Amino acid sequence: MRQLIVRRLVQAIPLLFIVSFLTFFLVSLIPGSVATALIGTSGTPAAYARMERQLGLNKPVFVQYWHWLYRVLHGNLGSSLQNKQSVAEMLNSRLTVTLTLIVATVIVVSIVGVGLGVVSSVRGGFMNRIIDLLSWLGLAVPNFWLGLVLVSTFAVTFHVFPALGLTAFSSSPVGWLKSLVLPVIALAAAPIAVVMRQTRDAMSNVLEGEFIRTLRASGLTERSIVMRHALKNASLPVVSVLGVLLVSLLGGTVIVENVFAIPGLGSLAVSAVSAHDLPVVEGVAVYFTLIVIVVNLFVDIAYGLLSPKVRVR
Amino acid sequence: MRRDLFWRPPSTSSGIVRKFLSRPLACVALAYLSILVIACTFAPLIAPYNPESEDLLAVLSGPSRLHLLGTDELGRDVLSRLLFGGQITLLNSLEAVLAFMIIGVPLGLFAGYRGGRIDRVIMSATDIVQSLPVIIVLLVVAAVFSGSLALMITLGLVSSPSIIRVVRVATLSVKTELYVRAAEVVGLTRFQVLRRHILPQVVAPMAVQVSVFAAAAITIEAALGYLNLDVSPPAPSWGSMIAEAGTVIFRQPFLIIPSGLIIVITVIALGVLGDAIRDIWAKKDDRSDIDTGREKRRSSQPAVAVTPSVQDENSSDPAPPDSLLSVRNLEVMINSREGDLRIVDHVSFDLKAGETLGVVGESGCGKSIMALALLGLLPSGGRITGGSVEFRGQQLVGMSNKERSKLRGRHIGLVSQEPMVALDPVFTVGSQIKEVLQTLHGSNAKEAKRDALELLGRVRLPDPRTAFESFPHELSGGMSQRACIAIALAGSPDLLIADEPTTALDVTVQAEILDLLLSLNDELKMSILLVTHDWGVIADCCERTAVMYAGQLVELAAVNEIFNTPLHPYTEGLLASNPYLSERGLLPSIKGVVPSPWEWPEGCRFAPRCPYATEDCTLAQIALRVMSTGRVTRCLHSERVGTAASNVQ
Repeated sequence: MRQLIVRRLVQAIPLLFIVSFLTFFLVSLIPGSVATALIGTSGTPAAYARMERQLGLNKPVFVQYWHWLYRVLHGNLGSSLQNKQSVAEMLNSRLTVTLTLIVATVIVVSIVGVGLGVVSSVRGGFMNRIIDLLSWLGLAVPNFWLGLVLVSTFAVTFHVFPALGLTAFSSSPVGWLKSLVLPVIALAAAPIAVVMRQTRDAMSNVLEGEFIRTLRASGLTERSIVMRHALKNASLPVVSVLGVLLVSLLGGTVIVENVFAIPGLGSLAVSAVSAHDLPVVEGVAVYFTLIVIVVNLFVDIAYGLLSPKVRVR
Repeated sequence: MRRDLFWRPPSTSSGIVRKFLSRPLACVALAYLSILVIACTFAPLIAPYNPESEDLLAVLSGPSRLHLLGTDELGRDVLSRLLFGGQITLLNSLEAVLAFMIIGVPLGLFAGYRGGRIDRVIMSATDIVQSLPVIIVLLVVAAVFSGSLALMITLGLVSSPSIIRVVRVATLSVKTELYVRAAEVVGLTRFQVLRRHILPQVVAPMAVQVSVFAAAAITIEAALGYLNLDVSPPAPSWGSMIAEAGTVIFRQPFLIIPSGLIIVITVIALGVLGDAIRDIWAKKDDRSDIDTGREKRRSSQPAVAVTPSVQDENSSDPAPPDSLLSVRNLEVMINSREGDLRIVDHVSFDLKAGETLGVVGESGCGKSIMALALLGLLPSGGRITGGSVEFRGQQLVGMSNKERSKLRGRHIGLVSQEPMVALDPVFTVGSQIKEVLQTLHGSNAKEAKRDALELLGRVRLPDPRTAFESFPHELSGGMSQRACIAIALAGSPDLLIADEPTTALDVTVQAEILDLLLSLNDELKMSILLVTHDWGVIADCCERTAVMYAGQLVELAAVNEIFNTPLHPYTEGLLASNPYLSERGLLPSIKGVVPSPWEWPEGCRFAPRCPYATEDCTLAQIALRVMSTGRVTRCLHSERVGTAASNVQ
């Protein structure tokens, strides 16, 4: 198990390098942009040159990247071009919000998606058709539009949930929970559709298996056979799908945070992009890549815990 | 039927069109998409208004005669904006799809066709790209480049791993086909081979992947539009229209409907199209059954099987008083592509307490299915359609699943054919036995563990403690089978059904397992129903044996009687083809093969393979006859069995 984690971490390092370098390289393709953003378009050529020298922008891109990387490894992600705030501080203050969204969504997706999948694999028939329909819709309905529809129904028409923002947990736990409901539904719809189908198919597959027959013949209850044995076996493919979904969920938070005006990493990323605030964009990319790596690690660990074969290897 | 060396799958484009037309939903999806593309292309001609002309007198009007889908907050006509916005959204998505294909298809072909190091490099690159969060990459690109082209190319690029994988796998599978090898030998260049022979086979999986991605591209494009990254206002795109509608959601909730629905419908249409392509492709691959004309047979025959069956003389005998299990006229049907098939046909027998009864026959004679039917554990599609199974006077047929599950383990146990897949792979052997013990006896964890170790010892596992802690994949076949037997013994059943318990094992291990079963039979007075195709197993273990052929019981007698004087030609043939009993030389076998359930002859089912068959054998089903000696056989000419030269080859 420990070997597995170490190996995964080692594999993750190139990913981090590649993403950060690509980001950096892309940004550096437009040499004037940072200086322009700092001084504005009205500066003299000499002023631009001075500013570029000051920022080290006249050096080759690899050298620049090395400097940037050196700073990043010391926890310094630079400062925002818009308000001179430290990028690391800006990101850290918003990280919790995004992580809250992600964790809440994962919990909802696992419970609802796996639950419905199990039920339909056992019941079949009508339930299957409903699930097919739901999974079509879940994949076809864009999360930002679903968010708006939810707002117009549950916030504008019925006033059940707040339309915008995220109430702080410390000020009102109930309000916090309520303000999470709509964004989490918007985020969870598509992953639920996938997990549901995957669970159903995996369960049906496992339930056809030879060992299920042995267990039935040995006199175990149907409940234990489905919920303990079949589900644990079926969870392997579901967990690996969950890993892929989590990566796309990060993209989802970017959009949904904007729909609900939630102050997380995603909404910061979008405002930084429209303001061409490149240090912030770079910082967000690094943070998201780190989240992806951690998520993949969790998925691998879960996989290892569930499958004895992986654990031994 | 030898497949020609240079045989190449024919292209049947007309067949594909026909199959496509037979799917109404796919036709609707295609029609919708065509109309959408045409309408958006000719938007300048058919749109009722200029998409950017404002009418401040008709702001947020909602649907009306003048504005079919209403107006937005600047009084612009929503329908016209949808049509013009579609140009942006669809064109952008098309750019992404083209990038997706141009990047992905050659790389996939290349990786699959060349293999080796190139393959590994490409695949590890796709691994990395696949773990990039798409939207974040797009945001970085959007921060650097203006305009949507770079965004769309990037979207195609970061999504390309999916098509690279699919094309690679498809290429790998055709690459080894003989006709591709032949083309290489003939001297076609790599490029020619790829273009002429491999590409056509890769098209279908590719098309599925492209339609899936096209659907995703439209949603992502719309998301970018929602973030105002795909087009600069006042020009519309579907995503930016949703964003604008979102800002006035309190004043005109309807406004988010048209732009959202058109995205949803378009995405669903693409999905339906992709599914249709996949299904048609899957059917096309299945061409073997069209060639053999099986499809024809299916339609010309009634849904229910087929061969007439016959009531046997002994079938209404009452169960003898000392019988543990008493089976009468058991009939099992399986629902298959050929319709309902009768797999087990009016089988009747008795099993006494403590007795070992063998059931012997070639593969496909229905013996395993018969055994599983007794437990109520038929594979899906199978069901008991007639007869009775009495276990200690209790009727099992028609019993609810719940009642039956109370019998399993406690009274009837099962040891199955493939020990390596018969245990749950994700639990240790010990925890599985423990769970069974706790369920059956309600014992606590400590008692269960003690009993489990004792059971593992009783099945003569050399090191019960290690076996207890092991996962099934850590055990050998013989050890797994012992563990399976231990589980079956956990409830100390009166009857053990052993379905070919030694078939998958090494010869030396076979003997040990049989020895174990025999000693259990002896010590525990446990009856065993032993399904096998091995006469050696029958000779070693059984008191009586039933011979099954094509779903019917053809002979049932004490083992020594069967060996000395078989009364059915099939039994005789089986015995003669036994490698242990036959003389040296080639391994003999009965001529012909067991007919499939949909090919059973009208008369005696063995007649086509039988050296004694006469005309009367083929007239009608043969009933089981009770001879003057008390023995039974399903043969009209049992007196002559043993006189023919040989029906084995």
